[in-house]
Amino acid sequence: MQLFPCPFCGPRDETEFHYGGDAGNTRPDGGDVPIDRWANYLYLRSNPKGAAREIWVHMNCGEFFVMVRDTLTHEVLSSSALGKEHAA
Amino acid sequence: MTASRLATGGSAIDRSRPLRFSFDGTSVDGFAGDTIASALLANDVAVVGRSFKYHRPRGIWGAGVEEPNALVDIGGPHARPNTRATTEPAHDGLGAKSVNATPNALSDRNAFLDRFSRFIPAAFYYKTFMWPDWHMFEPRIRAMAGLGKVDTDWISSGPADQINHHCDVLVVGAGPAGLAAAKLAAGMGLSVTLVDDQQKPGGSLGHRASEIDGRPAAGWLEETLASLAGGGHLILPSTTAFGIYDHNLVGLNQRHFDGRPDTLWRVRPRRIVLATGAIERPLPFANNDLPGILSADAALAYLRRHAVLVGRRVVVATNNDSAYEVAEAIAEAGAEVTLVDIRRDGMPAAPARIRLFKGRTLASAAGRLRVEGVTLDDGTRLDADCVLVSGGWTPTIHLFGQARGKLAWSEARAAFLPGNSVDGISVAGAAAGAVSLSDVFAGAEKAVASLGQTKAVTPRSTGPEATAGIVAAWPVPGSKGRIWIDYQNDVTVKDVELAARENFVSVEHLKRYTTLGMATDQGKTSNLPGLALMAGITGRTVPEVGTTTYRPPFTPVPLASFAGARAGELMAPVRRLPLENVHRASGAVFQEYGGWLRPAHYGGRNADAERAIQDEAFRARQSVALFDGSTLGKIEVIGPRAAEFVDFLYYNTMSTLKPGRCRYGFMLSENGVVFDDGVLVRLDEHRFVVSCSSSHVAAVHARLEEWRQDRFGRGAVYIHNATSEMATLTVSGPNARKLLETVGLGLSLADADLPHMAIGHGSYAEDAVRIARVSFTGDRSYEVSIRADRAEPLWAHLRQAGQAFDAVLIGLEALMILRAEKGFIVIGKDTDGTTLPHDLGVAGPRAKRQNEFVGRRSLFTEEASRPDRMQLVGLTVPRDEPALATGGHGIERRGSKPRSIGFVTSSYQSPTLGQPIALGLIERGAARHGETIEIQHLGKLRTATIAAPCAYDPSGDRLNA
Repeated sequence: MQLFPCPFCGPRDETEFHYGGDAGNTRPDGGDVPIDRWANYLYLRSNPKGAAREIWVHMNCGEFFVMVRDTLTHEVLSSSALGKEHAA
Repeated sequence: MTASRLATGGSAIDRSRPLRFSFDGTSVDGFAGDTIASALLANDVAVVGRSFKYHRPRGIWGAGVEEPNALVDIGGPHARPNTRATTEPAHDGLGAKSVNATPNALSDRNAFLDRFSRFIPAAFYYKTFMWPDWHMFEPRIRAMAGLGKVDTDWISSGPADQINHHCDVLVVGAGPAGLAAAKLAAGMGLSVTLVDDQQKPGGSLGHRASEIDGRPAAGWLEETLASLAGGGHLILPSTTAFGIYDHNLVGLNQRHFDGRPDTLWRVRPRRIVLATGAIERPLPFANNDLPGILSADAALAYLRRHAVLVGRRVVVATNNDSAYEVAEAIAEAGAEVTLVDIRRDGMPAAPARIRLFKGRTLASAAGRLRVEGVTLDDGTRLDADCVLVSGGWTPTIHLFGQARGKLAWSEARAAFLPGNSVDGISVAGAAAGAVSLSDVFAGAEKAVASLGQTKAVTPRSTGPEATAGIVAAWPVPGSKGRIWIDYQNDVTVKDVELAARENFVSVEHLKRYTTLGMATDQGKTSNLPGLALMAGITGRTVPEVGTTTYRPPFTPVPLASFAGARAGELMAPVRRLPLENVHRASGAVFQEYGGWLRPAHYGGRNADAERAIQDEAFRARQSVALFDGSTLGKIEVIGPRAAEFVDFLYYNTMSTLKPGRCRYGFMLSENGVVFDDGVLVRLDEHRFVVSCSSSHVAAVHARLEEWRQDRFGRGAVYIHNATSEMATLTVSGPNARKLLETVGLGLSLADADLPHMAIGHGSYAEDAVRIARVSFTGDRSYEVSIRADRAEPLWAHLRQAGQAFDAVLIGLEALMILRAEKGFIVIGKDTDGTTLPHDLGVAGPRAKRQNEFVGRRSLFTEEASRPDRMQLVGLTVPRDEPALATGGHGIERRGSKPRSIGFVTSSYQSPTLGQPIALGLIERGAARHGETIEIQHLGKLRTATIAAPCAYDPSGDRLNA
């Protein structure tokens, strides 16, 4: 079982977390967004081997945050509150 | 004769505590400290089981977890199916039964299968039972397959404990390496947890001659254990570290042997020291699976721990030095011993009185139900009642492999050793390839050296030192006779050759094609010989062939350990209403709805449920109904950007809502699909209450939080889930207002003051109440919310005052009828994962909204604009017919082929209308009102007429009646 560092609560069991998708998958606003741009936002995921930037939520405190982890080794490289990625 | 108990000796047994148990119905005598296997050997029981496929007689091979043959089902209070007799302590009165044998191991009626063995090689079943259909043969083959039997009548004495544990150093294995590492780590002031799968820690110190710090090892062992225990360190015997998981979480399974279920430990150590030892391998020769052929090291363990001499005329065959101590000890105990060593030179001197064949190996063994003699490769025949073999040692690196450690091949050890370093893990002792005790202690010192300065002194080996001296003796292709590689799965040299011929040359394919290394022992004795043979057949080296992936568990772990207390009601605990007991007293019959335990109806347990529900739904429209709606979501959205926030979250424009008013709307997913529906209340300029579906509260809350944090910022809005703070009591029906006025809530309920879709604030007793005039029944309705812990007096008052109005308590089933009569949908029931808001007839926001909202762009895709989308409709059938089946499909015919055009989503008998009503999703349904279609369900066809979803009071007059 992995240990994830919640930026607010510290290291906790992975069962306390939910995956929230790729970080940086910015939502395109507007009724006239090109359809392939919208489809990319909805469905296309990068699924990298190695370091991946992801959004997770710690369900116990309810906070969403960015975590960078290695999808191959499961090593957690960093975690930071939304909007404060440079702090960590 | 052959195996027997010696008159003296046996460090593990207590001769003052005799015991008796039964094996296959025969009674077996032993002593406290015996395992089932040692007692069986002491009673000279040679045949203890039958092999998986050919039902060959099999005897005890080992003395520990590696045992492939001696599996038993244990009944009674200590019930345990398919367990190893070598690790199971003998208890007085215990009942053990051999597996895979009918009626018993000694005379098994399926033994005839062995005579057909040449016709049933590996993959025989895959190839043979293809035609006409595997499923025709499957039941009979399944009945014959498998080892052990689960006693389905057995009831656990309680849930298994699960313990989370933290320590600085976890040492796995309490042999010399583990003990030394634990002692050194304890001397650094670190907290140590030491686990060992044996009842008595000590590992090889329990049966191999050794001297530590100038005295016998037994003394050092006792002293080390005592000093660890005295220092507050945790020592867990009878505990197996079965798996290393992500981020070095270690799973332990602890046995108790007193009827208690096992305990599961989840350990998070800072450092793991694996001192897991090594397992002796068999040697390849024909009929090497006969009972009476044992691991040499196991024979020594039985001799020194249990005072069991395994035979009188013993042949010891070896390719390494470790068997020499065994041969000498067995001879000293009174057996006539012959040593057969594959090496011509470089071996230790033969012990006195032992005949030694140099440069020879066994070609075959003979015997029917047990070994009677062997033939050497030069044709020499030797009589023997027991054959001990040592084919070398396989380091137990399973846990290291699970932790993604890489293995490196050692030619000198003829084994895979840990090949790289894994963060937080070190390997010591025989698991790391150490042979002499001096090397073992040096390795232990190294394993913990990086953790700090120790005050403890590294132990010194002062006695005889073990040596390896191994020469590889792998099975070779083309050998004569049936040479077993995997005892448990009946895999022979010929099966591996067959796999190679059919190009299953990768180890992973070899495993799956032949079953080599599968089942309860997971190939602890067979994997390495098997892949070495594959290397020989395919002209590769052993490391080129490689090993299969190591996965947990190391030994079988009862599912009860993993389940712990999560069973029955605790598997998925239901959420409960504050008024549950009051409803029970009123005759409520409860059911689970979306995780909530709620009254289905109030007809009582013995009532005709259908009649009770119809009666409730009918009476609800007559005068007034009381309904507990406490589960309804109450999520507050507060803050300066709250209006903008709800606009974005909802499909409908919500920012135009006036304070004190409510509006019904949808929330969509980003793919446009309707995710939830409900009423939004605006309490004031910056404060809303999201009243979402009962079963969706957690999901809606998570969604609000996500958009809040990801798009609006923490300071812009604040989300508070207040669902369980308040009970919501719903009063619905033509007399709802009169009833509430009788009770008195401290506010005017006049329609001018509190119109439909408005909220009001009042009080009951000392407590504030919030009244929302919204309706899920189509009748005039008031949802009265009050502090959950003060709801009971109000509910009692409503019921008491309701008597004058012939008020009726209604459960969820009646409510479902009332809302369906009105065409009100339930998300997930009347919609599915493709339903868009305009499919439900709510197209206005899609056409008109200019600002952004969740799911917006998805409403304008080609798919979303198709004219033949499934749309919400009502479906009517003649009055005298039964209701349509929910799930029945609407059918359209093109030629003779029927095609589904949608399905029935909700269907009930309406007591008020006196006829069936139904809702459905039907292609182009909105434009087809009045059209008659066929409905097919379970092969039966009916007809129904498409209508508007609302079947009752379409003008909505009753909201204000």
